[in-house]
Amino acid sequence: MGKEPKGPMEEPVDQRGKEKEPQKDTGRGINRRVFLGAMAAAGGAVVLGRPEKSHASAEFEGYPNSFGLLTDLTACVGCRSCEKACNEENKLPAPAQPFDDGSVFKEERAPTEKAYTVVNRYENPKDKDKPIYRKIQCNHCKEPACLTSCPIHAYSKTPEGAVKYDPDLCFGCRYCMTACPFYIPAFNYWSALEPRIMKCTMCLSRIKAGKMTACAEACPVGAITFGKREELIKIAQEKIDNNPGKYVNHIYGQYEVGGTNWLYVSGVPFDQVGLPTNLPSKPLIEETKGFLSAVPVVLTAWPALFGTIYAALRHREDMAKEEKEEKKEEVKK
Amino acid sequence: MSTNMAVKPTTPAESFRSWFMDKLLMGMTWPEYFRSLITPFNIVAAVILCVGLPLIAMRFILGLYLVTHASNEYPWGLYLGWGLFGGVPLSATGFVMATAYYIFGFKRYHPILRLGVLTGFLGYLFAVIYLLIDLGRPWRIYYPMIIGFGTQSVLFLVAWHVATYLTVQLVEFSPAILEWLKSQRVRRWAVMLTIGMTIAGIILSTLHQSALGAMYLLVPGKLHPLWYSSYIPVFFLSSSIYAALAMVIVVSTLSIRFLKNRTDQTFRESLPKLTLGLGQGAAVGMYVYLIFKIIGIAHDNNWHLLAAGGYSNWFLLEILGFVLAPALLFTFGVKKQNVSMVRFAAFWAVVGIVFNRLNVSIIALNWNLPHHIQHIIPPWREAMVVMAIATIHILIFRWILNRMPVLHADTDYEAH
Repeated sequence: MGKEPKGPMEEPVDQRGKEKEPQKDTGRGINRRVFLGAMAAAGGAVVLGRPEKSHASAEFEGYPNSFGLLTDLTACVGCRSCEKACNEENKLPAPAQPFDDGSVFKEERAPTEKAYTVVNRYENPKDKDKPIYRKIQCNHCKEPACLTSCPIHAYSKTPEGAVKYDPDLCFGCRYCMTACPFYIPAFNYWSALEPRIMKCTMCLSRIKAGKMTACAEACPVGAITFGKREELIKIAQEKIDNNPGKYVNHIYGQYEVGGTNWLYVSGVPFDQVGLPTNLPSKPLIEETKGFLSAVPVVLTAWPALFGTIYAALRHREDMAKEEKEEKKEEVKK
Repeated sequence: MSTNMAVKPTTPAESFRSWFMDKLLMGMTWPEYFRSLITPFNIVAAVILCVGLPLIAMRFILGLYLVTHASNEYPWGLYLGWGLFGGVPLSATGFVMATAYYIFGFKRYHPILRLGVLTGFLGYLFAVIYLLIDLGRPWRIYYPMIIGFGTQSVLFLVAWHVATYLTVQLVEFSPAILEWLKSQRVRRWAVMLTIGMTIAGIILSTLHQSALGAMYLLVPGKLHPLWYSSYIPVFFLSSSIYAALAMVIVVSTLSIRFLKNRTDQTFRESLPKLTLGLGQGAAVGMYVYLIFKIIGIAHDNNWHLLAAGGYSNWFLLEILGFVLAPALLFTFGVKKQNVSMVRFAAFWAVVGIVFNRLNVSIIALNWNLPHHIQHIIPPWREAMVVMAIATIHILIFRWILNRMPVLHADTDYEAH
């Protein structure tokens, strides 16, 4: 994946100074948006000369100023208002049990095609009477594995930060579900004609309209903070620094699989609240890059190599034939 | 249309009738043909199809949920685990045999060359059929070719290569079809393409056999660390080579056992010696694969995991019980010139390949989810559909072997 063209979310250059490419100018961004696709842009960047990034196509730092959300697990009370708001916003079917029914906490749930977000309850090792609640939904990775895995490019990462899925481009192979490290994309298996992936949209249309996500708006205790990802990281770090002992010193999602736009802070280690802690800190696409870069080598080297081996075989056969004929002639003489 | 019939047909209708009887009914009349079909094997096949085909029809009318245990956590089940990931390495036969014969000059293997190519072609064809059952919207199968290019996806590569390679294999096998149809000119064209197609086959096969493994590079958090490795594309490619050699032994053994009347003298007389040669190659391939596996463990420094019990034992069973053991049996069989022993080792190795692919795609994947084992036991409907497709696979295979010059040479044509 190359450098995606900039979307309509352009912000002043000074804010972008925090990103790792300070010398980039906005003009080129617009230029690229006009006529170059993602791959071409990467090549173009090389031609335009950016010596510190001669391998430009290999790196995508994420959109600057993209939005994100921060869930504070120490604040969540498990009221499931976010689930309800999500259900209404996305016009999902009514749940089997009402949203104020606490019995759903008996089992650990994952998002489904009927519920883009779910809240689970975990035991609190610090205080048995005060369980921990953890909301989960698509984490909107900066470099999503679902996007990497999709053979038809049905997924895109929008400049707003959302990982968007387009059902019109999907043939239902479900590799994105296998690839997602968080078990997020859900599939409606019972639809014969229009099965599709269903997952959190980060309320992209609301964000475009200048609003926050439905779940963040609905949260009565302020456990979900909506804002620019860069600022959320600062807020999270301040929370950790200003409340010694309250949080573990880790912002989940800052670096996991290259960083996610949804972040979490927690009072207990994240493996105790059902978040995978065995993930690499680089994007998962890095795992396949080495393999894919070998493809052009094979495509060009194999025909030459095996063509030569074949030619050598023919050569030996011809030599053997000639030798035989020579011997015959000698016998005749 | 020329035929081998004794009576020369006069009218077009008669001519078609004699062609039909000769080519499709193997020289029998309809009643004779039907009578010949009543065998214990065919009755079992018919029963399986009577259950399986309606299930497949229902899958397309009512939805995928009906025939799969797949869920949001477990998106892939037996269709891909068995049909695609298990089937494709066993279908490397075409590429391995054609390369050995045409490029490296193993000319002695000519009698089983076409059998290898046919096994490969049908294997790929049915891998695609399993995929069509499993895809949510199979009518969009061409989308990666025309609609959207996910060039960053390993599956994009697999899709392109499997589609292209299926075509390549059809061209590679086409001389047999054209000989059956008694074509002269078209066959000559097809034969001219042989070397080009063989080299294309090497490129496509090395890339997509390894790509099937590379698909799992994306899941370091989900696949058990004993199976997850940055070397997994190498494991998949390397094991597909010996899988192909073992599979050719298996298919040729079944052919000479059940379709002996379709083989010619050359095939029957040369097969024992060729089997030993293939077995020797398979043994070498398996030792190479084992070395790669050991390098993989050493690279990730996973030695401590080998003694952790549970999955470790399962892993050791795979490596020692289904790779090392058949490899040793191959070695011993070749040394003793014991064809039966080599054949037994080949069946064992083929089971081992499927075992490995099921481990990667189903058993060791999601190993850390609660109640994992209950989730991966396929329901009867899924198993039934798999059995139905496998049955159709065998029936079509047999249909071709019964009619086309695969196990025997057509004396009207020069070997190519």
